[in-house]
Amino acid sequence: MKKNVRFVQGNEACVEGALYAGLDFFAGYPITPSTEIAEHLAYRLPQKGGKFIQMEDEIASMCAIVGASLTGHKVMTATSGPGFSLMQEALGYAVMAEIPCVVVDVQRGGPSTGLPTSVSQGDVNQARWGTHGDHAVIAMTASNHQDVFLMTVEAFNLAETYRTPVILLFDEVVGHMRERLVIPEEGEIPLVERLRTSVPEGVDYHPYLPREDGRLPMSDFGGGHRYNVTGLFHDMWGFPSTNPGVVKGLLRHLLDKLNNNTNRIARYKEYFVNDAQVLLISYGASARSALHVVRNRRPRGERVGLLELQTLWPFPVDVVRDLAKAPEVVLVVEMNMGQVLQAVKLAVDDPEKVFLANRFDGSLITPTDIRNILRVIQGKGI
Amino acid sequence: MSRCRMVFSGSGGQGVITAAIILAEAAVLWEDLVAVQSQSYGPEARGGATRTDVIISESDIHFPKANEPNVLVCLTQEAYNKFYTIIRPGGLLVTDTRYVKTQRKVDARQVELPLFQRVMEEIGKPIVLNICMLGAVVGLTRVVKPESIRKVLKDRVPPEFFDINARALELGVAMGRDAAS
Repeated sequence: MKKNVRFVQGNEACVEGALYAGLDFFAGYPITPSTEIAEHLAYRLPQKGGKFIQMEDEIASMCAIVGASLTGHKVMTATSGPGFSLMQEALGYAVMAEIPCVVVDVQRGGPSTGLPTSVSQGDVNQARWGTHGDHAVIAMTASNHQDVFLMTVEAFNLAETYRTPVILLFDEVVGHMRERLVIPEEGEIPLVERLRTSVPEGVDYHPYLPREDGRLPMSDFGGGHRYNVTGLFHDMWGFPSTNPGVVKGLLRHLLDKLNNNTNRIARYKEYFVNDAQVLLISYGASARSALHVVRNRRPRGERVGLLELQTLWPFPVDVVRDLAKAPEVVLVVEMNMGQVLQAVKLAVDDPEKVFLANRFDGSLITPTDIRNILRVIQGKGI
Repeated sequence: MSRCRMVFSGSGGQGVITAAIILAEAAVLWEDLVAVQSQSYGPEARGGATRTDVIISESDIHFPKANEPNVLVCLTQEAYNKFYTIIRPGGLLVTDTRYVKTQRKVDARQVELPLFQRVMEEIGKPIVLNICMLGAVVGLTRVVKPESIRKVLKDRVPPEFFDINARALELGVAMGRDAAS
C-alpha cells in the first residue's frame, strides 16, 4: 500500500485539507450532505488538541467561528443551503470586521429544505450576494478529492492573506462519492499563517490601520491589546463612525482588497483550450461530466476544450474573456438555472455565443446531456 | 483491464454499500487502480431498493455514476425489478436464487447463485451475505484479487468478525469461479 493514499468521501478530503492547513476550531450543526465533515472533525480535532463544538444551530455556529478566529485560531464551519442561509448575517459581520474564516457549503437542491440528498449548484449567487450590502467575498470549488483537499488549504491561506471569509462551494456528488486521495507531505503545500501585529503589549494598536501593502496585522482578541470590533462602519481604532470619508474609505478597502487581486485569487484548470472551437466552462461535479465529454470527443477529432473554474468569486473575468475569444461556442455546464452563465456573459466580448447546458432536477448532469445540448446548438439535432 | 462499471443493489441493511466500498478500496489501496464509489442517499437507502455504483479502471474516471453497468448484482426482487433494465448489453447479471426470481430475459449473462443458502449452510450468519456476494463478483470478473479484498476486510472488520467474513469471501470466490468456468 502506498503511503498517504486514502480512499475517502469528498467531505473527508475537505476535513484532511482543513487539518493540513492548521484548522484548530470547528463549530457546526450537522446537515445533509455536509454531515460527514462535522462527523470526522468531531473525532479528529480533539486528537490534535483542537476544539470541536456542535452548536444549537447554524447562526450560533457562524458566530462561534468568527469569535474563535478573532482570538487567533484557524476556524471553519460546514453546512448546506438551509444552514448557509442562516449564516449570512454573521458572514456579513466577518466581511465587515475582516475576520478570517472558512465556510463550507456542500450544496443540495433548494430553495428552502429543497432536496436534502440530491445534488445542485444553486448556491453560487448566494455565496456572492447572500449577505446584504456592497461587499466582496471569495468562493472556491473543486471537482475531485485531490482538488477538494487543495482548495480547502487554499481557502485557509486566502482567508489569512486577505482577512476575509472564504466560502467553499462543494456539492452533494463530490461530497459523498469516494475516490482516491493522496495526502501531501507536511510542507508540500505552503501555508499562510496569521499576520500578527508587532506592536508590543501596552502600546496603542490600531486594528484597522493598514500597512503599506494594505494588509492589516491582527492581535489575538483578549490578549495583549484592548480594541473594539463592530459590524458598524468603523475607524482605524475599530470604533463606530458615520463620517462619510471613513465610510467611503472602508467600503472601498473591503472591495478593492479582493477585486484588485482577482487574478491572484483565480484558480482554474485548462483542458485542450488552445485550439478549442467549443469551450466548455464548468466547475464542481458538473466539470467531471464536462471533462468526460472532452476526453471522449477529442480522439474523434472534435475540437472541444474545458475551462474548469475553481475560484468562482471574485469571478475570474480576465481568464474567461481571454479563453472565450477564439472558440465559436462557449457552453457553460452547471446544475442550476444559469448562475455562472450570467457571470460568463458579462465577462466575454460576444455574449450571444454563450449557451447553457444545465440540469436542476437533483440528478448529476451526464456527458450525454451535455452532448445533446451541444448538438442542438451546432444545428445537428439530437 | 477494461473499465468495469458495476451496480450492486439490494435492500437497506444487506450491506451492498459496504461491499462496494470494500471492493473499491481494495482496488485503490492494494492494486493501484482508479476507483470511484457512490450511492443513493435518502429514504431509498433505508429499506427499499438500495443502489451503489462502483467504477474501476486503470485510467482517470470523470463521470462517477455507472449508468449502464456491465456488472449488475441484485439481492432482492424489488432491486431486480427496478434495475435489471439498466444493464449494458452483453453484461453480467448476478442474482441470489433465494431472493430473486428472474422473470424477463435481458441481453446479459444471467448468473443465479444460491448465495444466501450456502452462507446459511456453511457459516450460519446472514450478515456476511454481502461479502459472499462480493467474493462471487470477484470470482466471476477477476476485477481485483481476492487477497486485496481480504486485506481491506482485515482493516475494516472488527477482529472477532474477521474469520466469518474471510470464510464468506472464500465461499463466494469459489462459487463465482465455478460459475465462470
